[in-house]
Amino acid sequence: MTKYIDDTVVMKRMQSRLRKNKIWKMIFFLATSFALLTLVVLIVRIICQGAGYINWDFFNNFGSRFPEKAGVKAALIGSICMMLVVAPTSIILGVATAIYLEEYAKNNRFNDFIRTNISNLAGVPSIVFGLLGLTIFVRMFGLGKSILAAGLTMSLLILPVIIVAAQEAIRAVPKEQREASYGMGATKWQTITRVVLPSAIPGILTGSILALSRAIGETAPLVVIGIPVIIHFLPTGLLSEFTALPMQIYDWAKRPQEAFQYVAAAGIIVLMIVLVLMNSIAVLIRNKFQKRY
Amino acid sequence: MVQTMINNELKPLRVVEKQFKVNENFQTNSKASVFYANNFNLWYGEHHALKDIQFNVQENEVTAIIGPSGCGKSTFIKALNRMVELVPSVKINGEILYRGRNIFAADYAVEELRTKVGMVFQKPNPFPKSIYDNVAYGPRIHGIKNKKILDEIVERSLRGAAIWDEVKDRLHHNAYGLSGGQQQRICIARCLAIEPDVILMDEPTSALDPISTLKVEDLIQDLKKNYSIIIVTHNMQQAARISDKTVFFLNGEVVEFDITDRIFSTPRDQRTEDYISGRFG
Repeated sequence: MTKYIDDTVVMKRMQSRLRKNKIWKMIFFLATSFALLTLVVLIVRIICQGAGYINWDFFNNFGSRFPEKAGVKAALIGSICMMLVVAPTSIILGVATAIYLEEYAKNNRFNDFIRTNISNLAGVPSIVFGLLGLTIFVRMFGLGKSILAAGLTMSLLILPVIIVAAQEAIRAVPKEQREASYGMGATKWQTITRVVLPSAIPGILTGSILALSRAIGETAPLVVIGIPVIIHFLPTGLLSEFTALPMQIYDWAKRPQEAFQYVAAAGIIVLMIVLVLMNSIAVLIRNKFQKRY
Repeated sequence: MVQTMINNELKPLRVVEKQFKVNENFQTNSKASVFYANNFNLWYGEHHALKDIQFNVQENEVTAIIGPSGCGKSTFIKALNRMVELVPSVKINGEILYRGRNIFAADYAVEELRTKVGMVFQKPNPFPKSIYDNVAYGPRIHGIKNKKILDEIVERSLRGAAIWDEVKDRLHHNAYGLSGGQQQRICIARCLAIEPDVILMDEPTSALDPISTLKVEDLIQDLKKNYSIIIVTHNMQQAARISDKTVFFLNGEVVEFDITDRIFSTPRDQRTEDYISGRFG
């Protein structure tokens, strides 16, 4: 038999192959560190600038012309109230849509069309959703610049992301598990609630929380809807006017006085704390569900 | 396709003159018929996967289906509990009678059929739940909530699947922690828990080691006292060891159907002989 692989050649090339392997590892590591480093610099800078303004008054004061008197009370409560609308609306609608598309919908052209377009919707700029919200919720339904109008607009914005994430989580449940359930005479609904969803919930939650984090930090749709910046009262109901954290931060950051830059940094710290809290809750829920097995 | 349907409707009696070789005398015993495939055809899209299948499965027997890969044996067993309908492009024609009722009739709920006809799959597929919850899954979906009754069913099913002694101390541990052979017996227990009439097994030991295979084979011998079993297998020695009747499928057709001993000693079709003597497949 002819030997095609010559051992001496293999040994000669070995060093350069190993070197190449190391170089690529370095390149990937550098790419990762670049992103990480940028994030760290950003966070450190913001904390240095804003930490001095974080105190009880900052949480207890409304917006003000004077940087030392300005606070995030209205914005923080407003953001939380808005999320109370966004979370149930978008998660219920999104998961229900994903279940329909993955479990019930037949593979025909119409459903393919819907599937493709939901993915496309996830890429539509947020300002377009703002215009949609302005036309439909603010004007047509007459909800005004309310928590409800803003919350529904944000729900529309993140709905495609939640649907796609939930679809993927549902699709990841092995076919064999469904077969086992159907094979014992379970209906589709029993199979979905007892086999598919318990396995898919960690994935659905991760996707949903990422989407909700996007909603809480999104500014453009709120600007288009016309959410006011300075408000000196707390929201009283779903139809009440309100302001939100990113709006407040945006307003502070564009003011000429230098001191307001620090107030903006403090606002960003508050927003980040809210995000971290939300993500921790998601992790907790996820772990709870995984433990059941 | 439409053409075929019309032909079959016009000539229902064609059934009688089927060309494959069935020993006319071997089904004269008094055992009742569980499944009767009557001129059954199945297509995956354009591919004609099962052609004019016709044979009778009797109760409290092990019927083995053998044949080379792609001959339609798995398709056929999945047709018996209508699992095959999960494939979108499937078309069928002809009928399969389960205890005298056409399972493809519009008024036959597939959930009802599958409560009577349990299935054990090729790969052990327990749910990522505890052993107890796996076995209690079937009774629960059929509405049993009483803890005492569930306990009773779980114990009886696990004993029935010859795995009770191995798992009785860890019923609430995840079934994924068990070995492949144990998982497969959990799946059999899960199937017994719905108190089926027939158990379909689609190559139940192909993913198991020889010792686990032996355990499952012994179990099948025990189960046949109370259940009718239809088993698809790649392994001809297995068919010879455990089955009462054997049916040989080739290219979507039934080539020969007879008592197992006779199939393996004196097959009457040349193709059967070629297959069991290892000349192809």
